[in-house]
Amino acid sequence: MDPMNEKEPLFSPKNVRLLKQPLVKDNPITVQVLGICSALAVTVKLEPSVVISLAVIVVMGFSNVMMSIIRNITPPRIRILVMLTIIAFMVVMVDQVLKAYMYDVSRQLSVFVGLIITNCIIMGRLEAFAIANKPWPSFLDGVGNAFGYGWILVVVGFFRELLGSGTIWDINVIETPWWNLYELGYQNNGLMILPPAALIVVGVIIWVHRSKHKELLEDN
Amino acid sequence: MEELFSIFVKGIFIENMIFAYFLGMCSYLAVSRTVNTSMGLGLAVIFVLGITVPVDYMLNKYVLQEGALTWLGPQFATVDLTFLTFILFIAVIASMVQLVEMIIEKFSPTLYANLGIFLPLIAVNCAILGGSLFMQERAYDTLGQATVFGLGSGVGWLLAIVAIAAIREKIRYSNVPAPLRGLGITYIITGLMGIAFMSFMGIKI
Repeated sequence: MDPMNEKEPLFSPKNVRLLKQPLVKDNPITVQVLGICSALAVTVKLEPSVVISLAVIVVMGFSNVMMSIIRNITPPRIRILVMLTIIAFMVVMVDQVLKAYMYDVSRQLSVFVGLIITNCIIMGRLEAFAIANKPWPSFLDGVGNAFGYGWILVVVGFFRELLGSGTIWDINVIETPWWNLYELGYQNNGLMILPPAALIVVGVIIWVHRSKHKELLEDN
Repeated sequence: MEELFSIFVKGIFIENMIFAYFLGMCSYLAVSRTVNTSMGLGLAVIFVLGITVPVDYMLNKYVLQEGALTWLGPQFATVDLTFLTFILFIAVIASMVQLVEMIIEKFSPTLYANLGIFLPLIAVNCAILGGSLFMQERAYDTLGQATVFGLGSGVGWLLAIVAIAAIREKIRYSNVPAPLRGLGITYIITGLMGIAFMSFMGIKI
C-alpha cells in the first residue's frame, strides 16, 4: 500500500485529528450512536471486552482501507452488498484466528464475533468516510473510531467486572491474602452481571461525558 | 403445535432481542422518537426476520452443515462449509432488505419517506443477523420452528421499540437533568425496562 502522497506527511495535523477526534469529541458510542449492539453484551468481564475491541480495531482499519481502494470502481447501487462482503471477509478471518488461538474466549463470545459484521459503526464509517477518501486517512479514521469504541467498552467491562464479580481480569481484588472485604460485610452487586446493567453504566458515562462537553447537550 | 407456541412466546418475552441480547440497538435508539415511525420500522423488521430466518435455515441445512451436501452425492458427506456462514447469511439479508425497500416504496410512499436512511440500515440491524445466528446455534429441528422463532423475535423487537417510543414521547414533558437528555436517559430507561423483562426469565414454557 502506498497511499502517501509526497506533499502531505504521514502524520500531518489533519491526519492526527482524524485519529483523535473519535476518541472523545466525536465518540462513536456516546455521540454518533453507532455500534452499540454487539458492544453491551460482551462487557460482563474485562477480558472479552478487550478481545472484542481488538477485533473491531483490526476489522475496521483494514475494511476501511479495502473499501477506500476500490471506492472508484464500485457502482453506488450495490455498495451496501460490497461493504458487507468486505466486512464479512475480515470478520471471518478474525473469527478463525480466535477459534484457533483463543478457543475459550471465542466460545464465551459465541455469536458476538459474527455480529461485528452488523456492527453499525463499521458500515457507518465506510459509508461516511472511506467511500470518499484515500486509503491512509481512511485507515486512520477506522482505527481512531475503533479506539473510541474500544475504550468505552473497556471502561464498562472494568466497572461491571469489579462491581459485579469483585475481580479485575479474573484476579480477585476483594478477597486477597492481605485484606478480605467480604468479612466486613461487602457484597458483590449481582445486578452488574445482568445485561441491563451495561446500559445503565453507558448511560452514566454519557452523563459524565456531556456534563464535561456542554456543546453536546441535546433536547429530549 | 404447543412447541411452536412456546418458541413464539419465548422469542417475544424471555429471549427478547433488545432487552435480553441488545441486538438491533442502533436503529432502536435512533428511530424511537415517535410511535408511528417506530411501528413502521418494527413491522419491516418482523417481515425481514420472518423471511430471512427460514431461508437461512434451509441454507444451513442443505449447504453449510457438515454432511449437508450429501444430496449432491455421497462423496460430499465430509464437506463442512460452516465457515461460510456469515457471508452467505449476510448476502441473504442484504437482498431481502433491498426487496422490502422496493415493496415499501411502491405501496406506502409516506412510510418510505419517514423511514429514510433507516430502511437500508435494517441490513446492518444486528437483530436480523442475530436471529439467523441464534437459529443456527440452537439447531431447530424443523422449518416451522425456525420460522416461528424468526417471527417471534421480530414481534419482540417491535414491542420493545414501540414501548420506548411511547415513553420518549411522554418524557419530553419531564425535567431531566440537561446532560442526560436525549441519549443518556434513553439508555437508562432501556436498562430499567431490561431489568423488568428479566422477570420473565424464570418462566419455563
